[in-house]
Amino acid sequence: MTSELDIFVGNTTLIDEDVYRLWLDGYSVSDAVALRVRSGILEQTGATAAVLQSDTMDHYRTFHMLERLLHAPPKLLHQLIFQIPPSRQALLIERYYAFDEAFVREVLGKKLSKGTKKDLDDISTKTGITLKSCRRQFDNFKRVFKVVEEMRGSLVDNIQQHFLLSDRLARDYAAIVFFANNRFETGKKKLQYLSFGDFAFCAELMIQNWTLGAVGEAPTDPDSQMDDMDMDLDKEFLQDLKELKVLVADKDLLDLHKSLVCTALRGKLGVFSEMEANFKNLSRGLVNVAAKLTHNKDVRDLFVDLVEKFVEPCRSDHWPLNDVRLFLNQYSASVHSLDGFRHQALWDRYMGTLRGCLLRLYHD
Amino acid sequence: MPGKLKVKIVAGRHLPVMDRASDLTDAFVEVGARSCPSKHRERQVDDEDLQDEPLQITVLDHDTYSANDAIGKVYIDIDPLLYSEAATVISGWFPIYDTIHGIRGEINVVVKVDLFNDLNRFRQSSCGVKFFCTTSIPKCYRAVIIHGFVEELVVNEDPEYQWIDRIRTPRASNEARQRLISLMSGELQRKIGLKVLEMRGNAVVGYLQCFDLEGESGLVVRAIGTACTLDKLSSPATFLPACSSPSKDMKEIPFNEDPNPNTHSSGPSTPLKNQTYSFSPSKSYSRQSSSSDTDLSLTPKTGMGSGSAGKEGGPFKALLRQQTQSALEQREFPFFTLTAFPPGFLVHVGGVVSARSVKLLDRIHNPDEPETRDAWWAEIRQEIKSHAKALGCHAVVGYSESTSICEEVCILSASGTAAVLNPRFLQDGTVEGCLEQRLEENLPTGCGFCHIPYDELNMPFPAHLTYCYNCRKQKVPDVLFTTIDLPTDATVIGKGCLIQARLCRLKKKAQAEANATAISNLLPFMEYEVHTQLMNKLKLKGMNALFGLRIQITVGENMLMGLASATGVYLAALPTPGGIQIAGKTPNDGSYEQHISHMQKKINDTIAKNKELYEINPPEISEEIIGSPIPEPRQRSRLLRSQSESSDEVTELDLSHGKKDAFVLEIDDTDAMEDVHSLLTDVPPPSGFYSCNTEIMPGINNWTSEIQMFTSVRVIRLSSLNLTNQALNKNFNDLCENLLKSLYFKLRSMIPCCLCHVNFTVSLPEDELIQVTVTAVAITFDKNQALQTTKTHVEKSLQRASTDNEELLQFPLELCSDSLPSHPFPPAKEHLESASSNSGIPAAQRAVTVEKASPMGEGNFRNRSAPPCANSTVGVVKMTPLSFIPGAKITKYLGIINMFFIRETTSLREEGGVSGFLHAFIAEVFAMVRAHVAALGGNAVVSYIMKQCVFMENPNKNQAQCLINVSGDAVVFVRESDLEVVPTQQPAANCHPSCTEGEVTT
Repeated sequence: MTSELDIFVGNTTLIDEDVYRLWLDGYSVSDAVALRVRSGILEQTGATAAVLQSDTMDHYRTFHMLERLLHAPPKLLHQLIFQIPPSRQALLIERYYAFDEAFVREVLGKKLSKGTKKDLDDISTKTGITLKSCRRQFDNFKRVFKVVEEMRGSLVDNIQQHFLLSDRLARDYAAIVFFANNRFETGKKKLQYLSFGDFAFCAELMIQNWTLGAVGEAPTDPDSQMDDMDMDLDKEFLQDLKELKVLVADKDLLDLHKSLVCTALRGKLGVFSEMEANFKNLSRGLVNVAAKLTHNKDVRDLFVDLVEKFVEPCRSDHWPLNDVRLFLNQYSASVHSLDGFRHQALWDRYMGTLRGCLLRLYHD
Repeated sequence: MPGKLKVKIVAGRHLPVMDRASDLTDAFVEVGARSCPSKHRERQVDDEDLQDEPLQITVLDHDTYSANDAIGKVYIDIDPLLYSEAATVISGWFPIYDTIHGIRGEINVVVKVDLFNDLNRFRQSSCGVKFFCTTSIPKCYRAVIIHGFVEELVVNEDPEYQWIDRIRTPRASNEARQRLISLMSGELQRKIGLKVLEMRGNAVVGYLQCFDLEGESGLVVRAIGTACTLDKLSSPATFLPACSSPSKDMKEIPFNEDPNPNTHSSGPSTPLKNQTYSFSPSKSYSRQSSSSDTDLSLTPKTGMGSGSAGKEGGPFKALLRQQTQSALEQREFPFFTLTAFPPGFLVHVGGVVSARSVKLLDRIHNPDEPETRDAWWAEIRQEIKSHAKALGCHAVVGYSESTSICEEVCILSASGTAAVLNPRFLQDGTVEGCLEQRLEENLPTGCGFCHIPYDELNMPFPAHLTYCYNCRKQKVPDVLFTTIDLPTDATVIGKGCLIQARLCRLKKKAQAEANATAISNLLPFMEYEVHTQLMNKLKLKGMNALFGLRIQITVGENMLMGLASATGVYLAALPTPGGIQIAGKTPNDGSYEQHISHMQKKINDTIAKNKELYEINPPEISEEIIGSPIPEPRQRSRLLRSQSESSDEVTELDLSHGKKDAFVLEIDDTDAMEDVHSLLTDVPPPSGFYSCNTEIMPGINNWTSEIQMFTSVRVIRLSSLNLTNQALNKNFNDLCENLLKSLYFKLRSMIPCCLCHVNFTVSLPEDELIQVTVTAVAITFDKNQALQTTKTHVEKSLQRASTDNEELLQFPLELCSDSLPSHPFPPAKEHLESASSNSGIPAAQRAVTVEKASPMGEGNFRNRSAPPCANSTVGVVKMTPLSFIPGAKITKYLGIINMFFIRETTSLREEGGVSGFLHAFIAEVFAMVRAHVAALGGNAVVSYIMKQCVFMENPNKNQAQCLINVSGDAVVFVRESDLEVVPTQQPAANCHPSCTEGEVTT
């Protein structure tokens, strides 16, 4: 006696969260059954392995049919084939678009192209995430990217509207899209200590302050770069950043800046002497990062540079985080007292974001 | 009566990409009825056409250089628009369906019908006849007259077998078939409607339409139903939650006879040229004493057991009784497809009557004269009628018909429950009042229907009678089998459970006559075995009555399958069932003896366990009180196993061999041994689960509102090596048991819950394939059981209250419906008022109605006129095979849903194999049913049934085909909680949670 056909269709589509998770994690039916058996479900329910097999198959089939709709979540809401309560729909979508930290760290900042997709094998081996799951996550990134790539307006809002994700997840996707678009390098060894959360935090700050959309009022010329307001860094702003170079090029200005900072921080920093000794190096590093951002290549290396030029020196001198905060605050604020420096607004736009990023990046 | 049909195509969405190059689709639409598509927006049509033919909307992709490609079609049955009370407009998103690709996008359509002759629209034309699949009087109606049985069948050639099929595409062939069948069912419905009008009825209740795919010989569409005159109750809110008793809202239903003196001699049925076999062993189990009002009537009676009048009833009542009887006798077939009845309608139940007949199919030469098929059914019905007569009953209730076809052999089956109906339904209200009083004083509740209708001294079969354990006055049988639902007033101890008997018998492959003969020879054995199994399992459960019994015999190439499902209960009025005793054949063998006693112990343990499980603890009754004239107080019948293997022997059908006092299972061969084993291997459902195949589960009455309807299909392939009956039985048994286990597992999150209306269908699509289809609904209930003892009392008083109320309301409500014809929901305030004081002044209530209704009407209108695209999420449509929705009130019936779909694929593997294909198809069928209901303005389908699911595959060619036929009643329901809390709450579909509205409307 062999089973040829075995299906169960409910008027309300049954969704088993545990099986959904297994499916998302890319397990085959037999693996999923084995995992479920191990979870002790048979003892709890008194079911047999055959029942479990049939149940798992059913759910997998349902998920397979739903997958097409999950690619465009608004379709899931409007479709008539599966009757699913709204809360369950939200759960399906949210879980489908959720990603693994380990995976996202591997592809963050990479071009979402076929080439990267070919590397998924290696990523799968490295992270222990099944290839199937890697593909789903990669395709999700790519799909979201493609949809919002050409759109105007807030990146987060666009993602939320077209993929019906929760606020948290939509923000994460905005970061992923932003990183993919600007191809920030995140894979270098010295960046390994950073989590996705660190990068997402920086991305959010950069989207808020450094992109075209961040300018607030609409640009005067409606034809100028109205596209990709949130995705691309403000080119003009990056050009202008060159002007900051004067802060380190002009020796007087640099000395004045240093003395201002030192005066203000004297007695407040545990690492005052180290700071004093390193001030010029640090300042040069930060300003040079800004000045180099006109080149795409240097934009990509932003995080590498920040870690190399600022985080690592501070860390080697064992600056406590609080001292870093005090220093950065004072470092940015003191510029306002430099009479010869005319680019205060530019400085604030640059340093405001950078300060936030650096503080986030500064940990072990 | 001509009419104007207006169709508006509003929008389309999710259309497939038809042009690969541009990733676009140039969609356009053709609208038409009949085969002349028209691009005009308005067409004038006859209402006869409107009734026969669904509206057909074809969505195509425009191609400049080649022929336009079809995307898919939408068929809309516009029948519901043709009667005034149902929907006035059909509006909503419909899935675009293609028989090859399934659902491909959706289209938003608005359909309206203006019938020119508006005034008289539902008295004169067959348009006005309402159809209900529900097998009880629909919730918001009141039966004025129940006229009786209507039937009709139409035949045609099956397009699949026409010569043209060789040259046309599968799509064209499927569409021709779909269209033909919907045409035929439209025609059938119209013809039945005309018959109902002739009988002066206005509705068909318990409408059951079936297709017989006879292959080469054609296509038969047949339908049966019960003609009624219904009155709309505009205040259904006055009644109790529907879930506790589906039919109690019809208190007084005058039972009128249709005056046709269409007398048929009920002589022995004459066999046709083919093997005719009919058989009703069930009557030997299930029995009744004569009428309730006869106390120990010893008068011998002939034929009709219910002929004698009781003493208390007096001569007046006797007269009534005779009137009923004679009127029923005059009728050709006193059959009722209803399974639940107004209280008091059913007086006595005789037992199951069934008839089967094996026929050879031949080509239907003249489709306009389907005489052969008519004659076949007439013959079977005649037989049923005579069986009922033999049981002393003048009517058959819970009647149904079915067929099983394999190649050119066809088994026709009919079954029902012989019953005596109450004569007071003959008279009008004036007499009824006093009579009702008297009846209710005299009749002990909850046992009347168990009393035997036939004469004790002139029994149609040997039976064991006792005095009723409830009233101690009348005689009752020891077990009772019926096809109806448990009457609401029946006193039941403990809970019920699903009982199934499963059986396979191998048969030699043969052709034509020889095949029919072989099947005919096997049938009596099958029936006998099925009944033995049912009986054994019933005893094992410690119960004494079966309700909702449905025995399905399926014929295949090389085997016959029997599957009987019923709900077992312990009726308080019937005696406690005796245990099962096992007797060995070789008593001297020590080890054998030991084995037997071991088995016996196991059986006894199981019975004890089951009694505990189902909470069966009847009060102990001392035997002197019973004072039975029959010496054995506890009736046991000895059951002799039939020699099932020997087909040449005549079966011993007498189940009451001698007067031995134990129910003995004789183990005389390994076969029997296995049977005993299989008895014990039936696993009870896990704790928290109950199951039944009736509408309501006896012993559970506090349903919560969560329901989950589902369909599950399984096909197994038998290993063809040396199949024996035992192996076959085991396989089949395992299949069913595993299926049930799977269901319990899948629905475990709903615990505590009950699977209701569990409906198993078996088919044998190929030599070694067995297909089982199950449709049921899982309903959750509150674990803190309400006490049942108090329930009956309360219910009774409420019934009376509602009756009063109903009478009072008749007048004002008519006015209401005139002034507010589109007012779909009863205002809740009225409900509250009338619930608290049911003797409200009519005028005051009317005022309330009008006042409360107007904002509602507006709300509804607003909802309708809103742009459909704005409806962000899809409204929830509930589906249930039951006639009610727990925790909700049905406020409006929108019309019958009767849909037939064909799906075919030539890329089976790509669609996920057979399972993937069928899974998707069934999901699509559900979707299309829901879409139609939603478009009618409804939010649920009740009495839903999947009547056919024919699946054929050819894996070698990567092909599969499936035909599905579903039906049900589209309704509007309102949650009881909504009614009470927010009076002007809209129905659930409208106030569906729309958390994502903002996001989607943009």
